Amino acid sequence: MVQVLQQILFLLVAALSIGLFAWQVRKIRANILQGKDRAMGGSVSERINKTLLVAFGQQKMFKRLTPALLHLVVYVGFLVINIEVIEIMIDGLAGSHRILRVLGPGYDALMATNEVLGALVIVAVAAFWWRRNRQQPVRRLTGVELRAWPKMDANIILYVEVALMLALFTMNSADLKLHQLRGEEMPGTFPVSALLVGLMPDSVTALHVLERVGWWIHIVGILAFLNYLPSSKHFHIIMAFPNVYYSRLVPQGQFSNVDSITHEVKSMMDPSYQVPAPPVDAEGNPVIERFGAKDVEDLAWTNLLNAYSCTECGRCTSVCPANITGKLLSPRKIIMDTRDRMEEKFNSPLIFKPNNYKGEDRMQVSEEGTLVHGKVTAEELWACTTCNACVEACPVNINPLDSIIEMRRYLVLEETAAPNSLNVMFSNIENNGAPWAFSPSDRFNWADDLFVAEKA
Amino acid sequence: MAEQVAKRQVSVPLMADLAARGESPEVLFWVGCAGAFDDRYKRVTRAFVRILEHVGVKYAVLGMEESCTGDPAKRAGNEFLFQMQAATNIATLDGYGIKTIVTACPHCFNTIKNEYPALGGNYEVIHHSTFLQQLINDGRVKVQGGESYKGRRITFHDSCYLGRANDIYEAPREVLAALDADLVEMKRSKANGLCCGAGGAQMFKEPERGKKDINVERTEEALATLDGDAAALEALLGVEGGNAGATPSPKKADNGIIAVGCPFCMTMMSDGVKNKERESSVQVFDLAELIASAEGLNA
Repeated sequence: MVQVLQQILFLLVAALSIGLFAWQVRKIRANILQGKDRAMGGSVSERINKTLLVAFGQQKMFKRLTPALLHLVVYVGFLVINIEVIEIMIDGLAGSHRILRVLGPGYDALMATNEVLGALVIVAVAAFWWRRNRQQPVRRLTGVELRAWPKMDANIILYVEVALMLALFTMNSADLKLHQLRGEEMPGTFPVSALLVGLMPDSVTALHVLERVGWWIHIVGILAFLNYLPSSKHFHIIMAFPNVYYSRLVPQGQFSNVDSITHEVKSMMDPSYQVPAPPVDAEGNPVIERFGAKDVEDLAWTNLLNAYSCTECGRCTSVCPANITGKLLSPRKIIMDTRDRMEEKFNSPLIFKPNNYKGEDRMQVSEEGTLVHGKVTAEELWACTTCNACVEACPVNINPLDSIIEMRRYLVLEETAAPNSLNVMFSNIENNGAPWAFSPSDRFNWADDLFVAEKA
Repeated sequence: MAEQVAKRQVSVPLMADLAARGESPEVLFWVGCAGAFDDRYKRVTRAFVRILEHVGVKYAVLGMEESCTGDPAKRAGNEFLFQMQAATNIATLDGYGIKTIVTACPHCFNTIKNEYPALGGNYEVIHHSTFLQQLINDGRVKVQGGESYKGRRITFHDSCYLGRANDIYEAPREVLAALDADLVEMKRSKANGLCCGAGGAQMFKEPERGKKDINVERTEEALATLDGDAAALEALLGVEGGNAGATPSPKKADNGIIAVGCPFCMTMMSDGVKNKERESSVQVFDLAELIASAEGLNA
């Protein structure tokens, strides 16, 4: 009877959690699709290759060994422990116990790997916590954008991961002791729990309860965590994969082209040039697109996908020359602002509170609320040297530079709000064909009185 | 120094003249605005032309027909101005049927190579570091007969638009290796290189408020590397390190060289060296200048 009740309860919990997760994912998908279309380029095989290397293979993490190894432990732990989650799901629904034991020696290997990884995950998470919360945290784990909610979010993730591992060990140790008391052979090999058996009580009832409690906390914890993801930076464990798949494959120096301007320039140069008809909305009225990005919907959908893939690690910001030298610009903040703005303007998942910075704004911003001015200030945008260090540093191929340029385009082409010295540069190019105020007729003067040594 | 054999005045061939004679060059040398107007970088242009003359490559320049590629406009967000410049330049280049372009400016290189194709301009574009590397590899430049750089300390500062933007890291280093100098790498080099601070149209504006100018940060790193000053290096903000607050050691490099392959980097690093009052012990040179001098082409 208890068994059947548990099965029914599990079915309900699992169905509800997965349903709720799907509902949250749909909202996020809708947010991302508010972005503008973007020409993709590159072949599918090239993209799969990139995904295997950068996402599955963690290639870019290995620019720095210590965090890479710590992260690798948690990442591989996540992948392997997911196999056990499959077992738990089957057991929970079918009322079976350790169904994957049919794998025989394979089950031994699986359980042993799981336990070792579980223990290593606890060690890695402890190291992560230390790097983040000690007196002087790792520099990239600090910054104006890492306050209140983002800071709490980071720690919640670490606590949940430890709790899940502890539940796993409780379940295994209690189960192991139960089997020992019954004089039975327990399927699987449990190197870590074998050490913990001594801590378990001797009462069969207590052991049984502990095993069940461990089992339920582990699986309910995972399902709850699944539903926490859409509100958290930890969503990267899912979004990193599509994000890398859809990353830009062109040279990093190649900035996007604005097609509408190409048509305009071509028609100026050649009066016979036929400008293609602009896109129309549902009522057949032409859609006049804004130049550049003032708000999130002006960005490409890949820029919005970027925002959901960011785990706020700050590798971008820590290599940004502007940030290193004390300017306001932080590429990570641009990405976090983009996500905050989407959730503010469109759909937001269950828990996410974009403005939960304890009432303090991260920058002096306007009332308007749009991405530019409302979250990202012109001062930040103009501090960028377009050096691509942030792009290079991102382990999941997020491209903050792409968004920055779109926002600069908006400032220049819609608001004519470039810094004055840049306006001078623009007019120099227009009038002299050079960014400086030199006469075009002097352009060839460098060749005067030029001699070369004649060698035999 | 090798004995001065003889010198010859160079009449730099203009594309318009070649076209009038029905000839076409092997390569078009795209000089760039800095190469044409900036007093410091004009010396790089002239050094590169000496090398072209020396090896006997059939080249030409556009002279007054050249105009800004539009790079600073594009990086600053003025896409309209960029495309106007691109359209003008593509019309000029296509008018002459140009196939191959060499340039000493990574910004021009990146823009023509990567951004002109979408606007109809398709050329093979070579940065002068790659071009020089080929000349050396082919034995057309022997890197001898001129000033010796043997044993001199040189550190190469990667230009963002050559390095990260286009993955060219080895060509400039191979060119420098031919000098038989003592090549030292900065901690932040190649893909992890630190910008000089001039990219993205920063060259043409004042920096935003901050603690330090980017070129000073970068120059400090270059100087500490040339000095072999571990404490000063430690004090600079690393990729993940903190500020250790160490004091620089008194040991200073003598005769050190910061090598660059970009006109903006040249300006920023030279200003940085001046800012640190190290002009007497550390010089900033472009790759072409070093090669022309080592080959004994200056006259």
